[in-house]
Amino acid sequence: MKVGLFIPCYIDQFYPDVAIATYQLLKKLDCDVSYPMDQTCCGQPMANSGFSDLTKGCDINFVKNFKNFDYIVAPSGSCVLHIKEHLKEGGTPAELEKIRQSVYELSEFLVDILKVDRLVASFPHKVGMHISCHGQRGLHLSSMTELVAPEFSKSEYLLGMVDGLELLKPLRADECCGFGGTFCVFEEAVSVKMGKDRIKEHLVNHVEFICGGDTSCLMHLEGILKRQGSGVKTIHLAEILNSEL
Amino acid sequence: MRVKQHAEAAQEFILDEARTDWHDETLWFVRNKRDKAVNTIPEWEILRDWASRIKNHTLSNLDHYLTSFEEKALKNGIIIHWAADAEDHNRIIHKIITDNKIDKIVKSKSMLTEECHLNEYLQNRGIQILDTDLGEYIVQLRQETPSHIVLPAIHLKRQDVSETFHEHLHTEKGNYDPQYLAGCARQHLRERFVESELAITGVNFAIAESGSFVVCTNEGNADMGVHSAGIHIACMGIEKLIPKTEHLGVFLRLLARSATGQPITTYSSHFNRARPGQQMHVVIVDNGRSRQLGRPDFRNSLKCIRCAACFNTCPVYRRSGGHSYHSAVAGPIGSILNPNLDMQANSDLPFASTLCGSCSNVCPVKIDIHEQLWKWRQVIVANGYVNKGKKAGMQGMAWVLSNPQVYRFSGKIGRWVMRTFPFIVNNRLNVWFKQREMPRAPEKSFRDWFKENK
Repeated sequence: MKVGLFIPCYIDQFYPDVAIATYQLLKKLDCDVSYPMDQTCCGQPMANSGFSDLTKGCDINFVKNFKNFDYIVAPSGSCVLHIKEHLKEGGTPAELEKIRQSVYELSEFLVDILKVDRLVASFPHKVGMHISCHGQRGLHLSSMTELVAPEFSKSEYLLGMVDGLELLKPLRADECCGFGGTFCVFEEAVSVKMGKDRIKEHLVNHVEFICGGDTSCLMHLEGILKRQGSGVKTIHLAEILNSEL
Repeated sequence: MRVKQHAEAAQEFILDEARTDWHDETLWFVRNKRDKAVNTIPEWEILRDWASRIKNHTLSNLDHYLTSFEEKALKNGIIIHWAADAEDHNRIIHKIITDNKIDKIVKSKSMLTEECHLNEYLQNRGIQILDTDLGEYIVQLRQETPSHIVLPAIHLKRQDVSETFHEHLHTEKGNYDPQYLAGCARQHLRERFVESELAITGVNFAIAESGSFVVCTNEGNADMGVHSAGIHIACMGIEKLIPKTEHLGVFLRLLARSATGQPITTYSSHFNRARPGQQMHVVIVDNGRSRQLGRPDFRNSLKCIRCAACFNTCPVYRRSGGHSYHSAVAGPIGSILNPNLDMQANSDLPFASTLCGSCSNVCPVKIDIHEQLWKWRQVIVANGYVNKGKKAGMQGMAWVLSNPQVYRFSGKIGRWVMRTFPFIVNNRLNVWFKQREMPRAPEKSFRDWFKENK
């Protein structure tokens, strides 16, 4: 089983620790994982801004890098959703279909494909869970409060295997943090207000960390936390699952 | 007056942070009530699916159902008018008013008449309409527009209402008691109901097989108006049809639960024919709806039953207020309907969303609202309604990200600049930095690490 590690551009550039944790975690779980060296970006920033006609170059590059894997795994629900929904160039229809079908967000890959049922990980801290919208409502990584349906969460299932971790949920379990791609600058006021409101609910729970599956949301929340001078840190799910004492 | 774009209006709204919190929490309370109500219905998701299918079927056979409705309604003695656009709609109503020499008019809630700017049209011709829905009445006194399609005065606190009533109805200054205020409004409205000669209502559902229609209110104000006036004019968009009476059971169960968390609206009034001596008119309005029906990506926005669940759940709406959408119908549904009415004027609205998708999940008729927001962005950019700087930025970004070497080089330089000369990015020109710190710029990218450590 050949696994291609898909690292979103901003994680590659600004959050290498998230990518390292993802890589090490997959290695620990005996995956034959490699990192295609010429990958860049999935094209989502342009497409979500209305410029999907500018994503051709990214599509072509993505297909070139990832067409020869059984699975493609990324520590980002949002970028995975973009590939699933909007990859449209760079290969034959069959190649594109194969990529769209075999691209996975990390937690769903661990739960649904690797069927992980135990982990050697320890993180003795109070952790608040931030649910990222695209992973949740797009990839169905967890149940959604709007729907009348049974509750589940792939990331919580995994966090349940981590020693010492105390998971705390904000009052509004799945409200958006306001990152929203270029929304975070073109609608700066609303974006920041949404982020501040998310953080407020986590602070009530006295969390030490806010954990999420999408570093983009975490980058936004981290920016606000740091400006507030808060000691609360953001951390990606992969970093917790990969942590040992 | 220049219309403020959503982002600018939202920024002004948020300046009063305490009031923004109050607005957010008030609407979240309604969302919560909705959640509680829908969770008492185990078959909720099935109902949504049925409603969606009934509406899809109706939209696909709209010509048939419209003519069937007209035929049956005519047999019942209802006078039918067809309006191609807002101007037509307003002209038709104006003519009925002048033909019958009417000057006492009451109107219950109708977002269609807001969309057509009926009040303004008639006012310019010397005719005053009184809005009788309490929320509409309040905003009308204040010469404002509704900020929400179900809760028109939700942007106002009771203190604001008290001041408005004190000014216009001479209520006690400083008396904020909601019961007192509602009581005073009721007394004023009662007089106007009794003397009204013509009542305008909206239509929630028009039934093709019977030629009848249903009007839902919580205040009974539609009924009060209609029962005392000699003429009833009901205004409906062409999308209000459902094929059969039995389908009402699906929609009435969904509507109020989605809107306010009630099992059903207090009044769901069925109108079949005029009472003896009364005239009953129905104005059937297109106003861009058939154009929307012709857009494959956006046609199912016409399934909307105007419950406003998408407003209440939208984290952006709750923190920017209805007026920031500068349209009769605000919120997520407005952001996919309004570009059809005027793409340029409403080109900002599909961007007033994080695409979180909560709107699509609460929608009782399963409109894929957030996907349509994404698609409208593409259409708006393709039509050139986009800022030149943003376009150039996107083109530059696309070029960098299409070329691995350029991407790596720019990343390395960018991170070096951020580490060495942080003031170049940490300044007022950087919108991100206004209220957020920039991420730390590491010396090595993941790729650099991987080359050394794999």
